[in-house]
Amino acid sequence: MARKDINLTTKKLYLLVVVMFGFGFALVPIYNVFCEVTGLNGKTGEIAVEKAEVLAVDIERYVTVEFDTNVNQATLPWSFAAKKFKIRVHPGEVSDAVFVVKNKSNRSIKGQAIPSVAPAQASLFFNKTECFCFTQQTLAPYEEREMLVRFVVDTKLPKKIETMTLSYTFFLSTDENKITSL
Amino acid sequence: MSEAAVHDDHHDHKPTGIGRWLFSTNHKDIGTMYLLFSLLMFFVGGAMAIVIRAELFQPGLQFVNPQFFNSMTTMHALVMIFGAVMPAGVGLANWMIPVMIGAPDMALPRMNNMSFWILPFGFTLLLSTFFMDGGAPAGGWTMYPPLVLQTGNAFPFLIFTVHILGISSIMGAINIIATVFNMRAPGMTFMRLPLFVWTWIITAFLLIAALPVFAGAVTMLLTDQYFGTSFFDAAGGGDPVMFQHLFWFFGHPEVYILILPAFGIVSQIIPTFSRKRLFGYTSMVYATVAIAFLSFFVWAHHMFTVGMPLAGELFFMYATMTIAIPTGVKIFNWVATMWRGSMTFETPMLFSIAFIVLFSVGGFSGVMMSITPVDFQYHDTYFIVAHFHYVLVTGAVFALFAAAYYWLPKWTGHMYDEGLGKLHFWTSAVFVNILFFPQHFLGLAGMPRRIPDYAVQFADWNMVSSLGGFAFGLSQLIFVVVVFKCIRGGDKVTDQVWEGARGLEWTLSSPPPFHSFTVPPKVTEESAHG
Repeated sequence: MARKDINLTTKKLYLLVVVMFGFGFALVPIYNVFCEVTGLNGKTGEIAVEKAEVLAVDIERYVTVEFDTNVNQATLPWSFAAKKFKIRVHPGEVSDAVFVVKNKSNRSIKGQAIPSVAPAQASLFFNKTECFCFTQQTLAPYEEREMLVRFVVDTKLPKKIETMTLSYTFFLSTDENKITSL
Repeated sequence: MSEAAVHDDHHDHKPTGIGRWLFSTNHKDIGTMYLLFSLLMFFVGGAMAIVIRAELFQPGLQFVNPQFFNSMTTMHALVMIFGAVMPAGVGLANWMIPVMIGAPDMALPRMNNMSFWILPFGFTLLLSTFFMDGGAPAGGWTMYPPLVLQTGNAFPFLIFTVHILGISSIMGAINIIATVFNMRAPGMTFMRLPLFVWTWIITAFLLIAALPVFAGAVTMLLTDQYFGTSFFDAAGGGDPVMFQHLFWFFGHPEVYILILPAFGIVSQIIPTFSRKRLFGYTSMVYATVAIAFLSFFVWAHHMFTVGMPLAGELFFMYATMTIAIPTGVKIFNWVATMWRGSMTFETPMLFSIAFIVLFSVGGFSGVMMSITPVDFQYHDTYFIVAHFHYVLVTGAVFALFAAAYYWLPKWTGHMYDEGLGKLHFWTSAVFVNILFFPQHFLGLAGMPRRIPDYAVQFADWNMVSSLGGFAFGLSQLIFVVVVFKCIRGGDKVTDQVWEGARGLEWTLSSPPPFHSFTVPPKVTEESAHG
């Protein structure tokens, strides 16, 4: 029996193990890209301001956008609410929604809002030009702040969708989370 | 090779004392250690199952607190899957593959030693978590975040155990493939391999492809918990559902890793006791390959309820149903092998026939669950528990018993006690159905899995199931008696042992010499597979 053949087979198999281990990690970005392309998981789109302003507005049509707000209460002592719970917009029209966030504690805290759109089918057609959820937000003790999201609903939104919900959950920023739990 | 040739004229020169086992590079000794280790783990996991069934004997909390109960279900699964069924399969592969293909030993004997000896360390790590702050892992063997991240000090131990057991299995798999690809005796072409060897090649490839992904996924859990990453943490932009996708990308091939060697075992035993050749050998090989290939495209049927789009649910539903086709091919081939054979019903044959019948029961409930809309009712109920215990206990474990009875005379040179063997079979076959069949009813009536207490409407069938469980557990002690009686002595057996047995392993003496096939045998079509 050729020892060489055995070594060659073994090396190929080791390589396969390494490749599959890498593949497991590669699945993470693949999964995210897949969700973005298909709009699964309520991942919303982003659009540049200049582009959004020149979009044709479909004035024939109205879409109701509802706002849902949550705070991860276990970790974050904040209150968070939308000023208006729902608005009616035309597809293609750039609109604003304002949220009020308050830090109820006596220390400065960093938080991060995670958006999600329902129904998932609609999330592909919901684009934001500006959002407080793009970056982490730091609130001073007892500070109250208004936060803005500017969005546009794509005119290609399927006709059967008349209402969509934009939901935000504020979490304690992860790096802060790790520090306090250590 | 030159060294092996020198050893040729004194076959039975074996090392003595504890060193024989600690430093062993002999495939037979390592196979024996694997098998005994898995027997031990079978009883460790079984003891946990007894705790579960005792707690569920009546509604209300009787013996253990809910946290410990959840540890029991979690650890029972981990110990049985990674400690009992997988090592038993690898042990059989170690013992039988070289003697079935006419090789003197495994291709990588030192790695073989290591892949066994890291197992006890892995399980010491896992079982030590019972004595830690926060208790043993209790979030389920599937380790879904964020629940699993609430495990106490046991969490990193759980992850490292998975790494260690994964490394062990991957080394075993590499060894098996390297052996079969390079060390077959002259004339032993791929299409002349015994089916047990074929199923193990395919299982080994599944292990190599699936386990690294699992190792990666649990590593991400570890870094999420301790190093500030957010793979599965929604707060940092991650997604807990992604873990489920990664887990089941491994998890579904894993269930075939557990069952394919069982298919191989049954394919050896049925022809022997039917005194016929295996019906449809070629279709058996291709069916096994098809099952393995399809197993990578069905994972999301474990998570129909996470909120997938309709197209996804339909894809995974149809893909899952396709697996029933190659599986059906195998079942019909076994039945056709028995058709008009001169059958006798020794213990291995009884276990194999029970395997075919009861595995099919589990297969049918699997087809039911593959139908997405009805799976919404079955999901996370005792119906699932009933299903996977039918395919794993009356499937994989029954096949392993069959294998042990079939090859024990070859391994030891002694015939086992046929009366006790039959007693073990009949008690097991009766009580396992009393144990698991009522769980179908409980699941359909809506009893969730992984709970220590339940609504009173489920009381009667739970009591029946528990009684079956206790009796099934006790019946397994008979097996231990049979094994040790057989090792210590018994009627001498011939080389062929069974009248209808075919294949290279039956040309060796019983027990085979410590070093066998140092001169490769010649294989012809006539003497090939059973």
